[in-house]
Amino acid sequence: MTAMQERSTLMQSLFGRLSWDSIPYHEPIIVWTFVGTIVLGMAVLGWITKQRAWGMLWRDWFCSIDHKKIGVMYIVLGLIMLLRGFADAVMMRAQQAMAFGDAMGYLPPHHYDQIFTAHGVIMIFFVAMPFVTGLMNYVVPLQIGARDVAFPFLNNFSFWMTAAGAALVMTSLFIGEFAMTGWLSYPPLSGIDYSPGVGVDYYIWALQIAGVGTLLSGVNLLVTIVKMRAPGMTLMKMPVFAWTSLCTNVLIVAAFPILTAVLALLSLDRYVGTNFFTNDFGGNAMMYVNLIWIWGHPEVYILILPLFGVFSEIVSTFSGKRLFGYSSMVYATVCITILSYIVWLHHFFTMGSGASVNSFFGITTMIISIPTGAKMFNWLFTMYRGKIRFDLPMLWTMGFMLTFVGGGMTGVLLAVPPADFVLHNSLFLIAHFHHVIIGGVVFGTFAGINFWFPKVAGFKLDEFWGKVSFWCWIVGFYLAFMPLYVLGLMGVTRRMSHFSDPDLRIWFLIAAVGAFFVGLGILAFIVQLVVSIRRRHELRDESGDPWNGRTLEWSTSSPPPAYNFAFTPRVHALDAWWDMKTRGYRRPQSDFVPVHIPKNTAAGIVLAGLSVVCGFGLIWHIWWLAAAAFIALVGGAIYHSFNYDRDYHIPADEVSRVEQARTQQLAALQG
Amino acid sequence: MSVRTLRHAPLLLLLLLLTGCKAVVLSPSGDIAAQQRDLIVISTILMLLIVVPVMVMTGWFAWRYRHSNDKATYAPEWDHSTQFELVIWTAPLLIIIALGALTWIGTHLLDPYRPLGRIDAQRELPADVKPLRVQVVAMDWKWLFVYPDYGIASVNEMAAPVDVPIEFDITASTVMNSFFVPALAGQIYAMPGMQTKLHAIINAAGDYEGFSANYSGHGFSHMRFRFAGMSGADFDAWVDTVRGSELALSRDEYLRLEQPSEREPVRHYGSAAPDLFDAVVNLCVEPNKMCMHDMMAIDENGGLGMAGIYNVKHLSYDGERRRDSVALDDAYVLSMCAVAPEAPISPAGGTRYGAARLEP
Repeated sequence: MTAMQERSTLMQSLFGRLSWDSIPYHEPIIVWTFVGTIVLGMAVLGWITKQRAWGMLWRDWFCSIDHKKIGVMYIVLGLIMLLRGFADAVMMRAQQAMAFGDAMGYLPPHHYDQIFTAHGVIMIFFVAMPFVTGLMNYVVPLQIGARDVAFPFLNNFSFWMTAAGAALVMTSLFIGEFAMTGWLSYPPLSGIDYSPGVGVDYYIWALQIAGVGTLLSGVNLLVTIVKMRAPGMTLMKMPVFAWTSLCTNVLIVAAFPILTAVLALLSLDRYVGTNFFTNDFGGNAMMYVNLIWIWGHPEVYILILPLFGVFSEIVSTFSGKRLFGYSSMVYATVCITILSYIVWLHHFFTMGSGASVNSFFGITTMIISIPTGAKMFNWLFTMYRGKIRFDLPMLWTMGFMLTFVGGGMTGVLLAVPPADFVLHNSLFLIAHFHHVIIGGVVFGTFAGINFWFPKVAGFKLDEFWGKVSFWCWIVGFYLAFMPLYVLGLMGVTRRMSHFSDPDLRIWFLIAAVGAFFVGLGILAFIVQLVVSIRRRHELRDESGDPWNGRTLEWSTSSPPPAYNFAFTPRVHALDAWWDMKTRGYRRPQSDFVPVHIPKNTAAGIVLAGLSVVCGFGLIWHIWWLAAAAFIALVGGAIYHSFNYDRDYHIPADEVSRVEQARTQQLAALQG
Repeated sequence: MSVRTLRHAPLLLLLLLLTGCKAVVLSPSGDIAAQQRDLIVISTILMLLIVVPVMVMTGWFAWRYRHSNDKATYAPEWDHSTQFELVIWTAPLLIIIALGALTWIGTHLLDPYRPLGRIDAQRELPADVKPLRVQVVAMDWKWLFVYPDYGIASVNEMAAPVDVPIEFDITASTVMNSFFVPALAGQIYAMPGMQTKLHAIINAAGDYEGFSANYSGHGFSHMRFRFAGMSGADFDAWVDTVRGSELALSRDEYLRLEQPSEREPVRHYGSAAPDLFDAVVNLCVEPNKMCMHDMMAIDENGGLGMAGIYNVKHLSYDGERRRDSVALDDAYVLSMCAVAPEAPISPAGGTRYGAARLEP
């Protein structure tokens, strides 16, 4: 009899599957991580308490429904989770550099398999997605001349649901375990019979909860872009970043429900014994693989499209020049959006589809490289006859352009089915998608952060540490992933925790050195933030337009007032702010009117907190808890919907005072 | 900038060096893998036609139009050129047309389901050659190879004569794996309850590595086997050795072998139950199980309605292969009421459920 069965029925109904055995206190690595997290966490909490910042944090940030603050919180969430995801990466690199021949490394498969799963899940869902959503949240309303997003409360709720998913994943580190299935949890392995533990349940509920947030934020931004553009800003006068955001949110709205549905089917298999994806009773695991990739491939473009927008803004700003081929850029984006739905099968050419099916999906995949190539050329010709300033955002963009073409090339190579048959699931594939995701999404995020930070904070980021970070990332990325291409060509497959051939080892050692440099890059970025905050007075930008920008966000003060624009701007041309500047735009000085603004609320964080509790109850089969939390969640949402005290007007005097201060600030700059 | 462009040069050189020794994907020993390698090389060259100019242009423009260079033209309002746009869209398009054609042809020629037409680039396949049939089962965490024409089987070791086409039938016992011998041919998934196929040929004698290329659980890293290409005589000798083994792969032995285990040593079976692979694919190796294809036949004929519930126990598969000793209390339906089971329950002992019984 196992301990589980001996426990009384009472204990079981109170705690479900949860027992002292669920706490991995016998695993020293986890215990030390736990101790480290507690110490660090206490230090941060203590510091906040010492600064008496709790009230401010709660009122002005956690409960805030200002799209700008929510955008910043998304980025902060992404950065925190990047540290966790990167720690996983370092552990994998260390294990693979050690475990050869008789040496088994320091991680047993039970632990290693959780790490690579967690690494993938965290990096995609809780690093890349928050980065992308955060940038869109902050920038899009400003770029289109709006005061906020269409549904401000929903925006706060979406953020907290994403954070709730992240919290569940982090919980799995210390209570129970995470999935040992790979980041997409293919059945039958992820089914209840082959993964009976709580790992896959953590996976399912973390993604379901975060998925609600992502979907709602997609709806929100989509409506915002469609309905709330400033007068005069027709679709073809919209900044490219707004365009790529529009396409991204179309993809989110169309793709994420599929993920929700497929995970719901998997949970039905696991919880109530249905047979959608089991071997039993006509279940079909291939259906899961198809469905998850019908979400999964558009997801790739959900991640990269907004960054294409970021690069477009940066290239034209720092070349001091209009973006070359704006309309072809827009059409290319739309092409990619549509094509991204008809390529999903290229993720499993090797699962026995016929030659015609494989060729079809291979060729559609290659076709995507045409609009992507066109974009690359458009950036090139934007630089052509420009006057290029190599500030940090442009530096990251150069890093992207030189890196991404390589990653794109190996991607097209993988789209040739017969080539994929020998490269699928190999380290070549791993190298490829890190090539495009780091080269595209990560470099793009850093470019975007460096670009818009002065807007957010009112001062630029430190140049020196920014360059250190950039070069460490570049060197680290190439050192870490070029060896993986080589290993892939040597026939080495992914997700291995031990190797027998000692000749492979040198490549893993090089890759580990690369990971070390990436670590330095991350560290240098943190130093860059700290140094910039300390030097904020030297780095101060009072103009609100430190890069000689082209789009509307640069027309505001840095940081922008809560209401963004005292009067909604009128747009007459693409690059609206550039146009205003060249035509000698004059700021309105009088006749200010009260601004209608939504009120902060704690509902979002409370509801998301209840979702975490509900998810935890479901994961551990603590049914009473799950039911109670779910009822509270639904009840709370209904209760909140009766809260009519959710907006207020900033009085005209107040607006007038803020605007006059701004006018004086600008006058002082010119005088 | 030019320095950064150059940084790929040593890498390419390195790859060339690798071709000679250990990069098995670039220097395989089987004709299929060799053709796949050729496609990799040709596609890479085709793409370099556009990638290299883009990288050079990036470096060149960045340098030429730097802010401090006052000699370069500065045209801040210049944002359109029909000629450039044409080139921008057509150059990648042309490359993709070439690559797409290559893909269409290559994918059909190298379709793993397609019987081989040649021994290697120089030699056509004589019409009378019969391929060697091998049935592969990916298990937790080892590989079973059954040679139906010889009535033998082996675990974690497979041999094949050189220059003879091999026809693989592939399945798995519990979860997804991928059958991959890089020196021989590209991989194909091994999936429970499903059967995939691979046609391949090995052109040089030698020992090659085979493994699972899709993560399948704790023992995955050691789910490796030896693939030996042998001369005809050596292969016959190998078959004789295997035949000499006293072990027999009965259904009971299969069920024992199927239990999860890691780093399983090579094992030979002098005989193998003839219909074993078919039973594995249909999830009915246990004597009291109903085979999937029989159930499908029943369903095709309209199914059994409520009476079908009695078959539940006889169809359940995963539950008996649970990976963890932690017992969960979920149950399956064995029977819905106390009425004595009627026709559809089979006599024990593995007799096939005849679809014939249901014919009108």
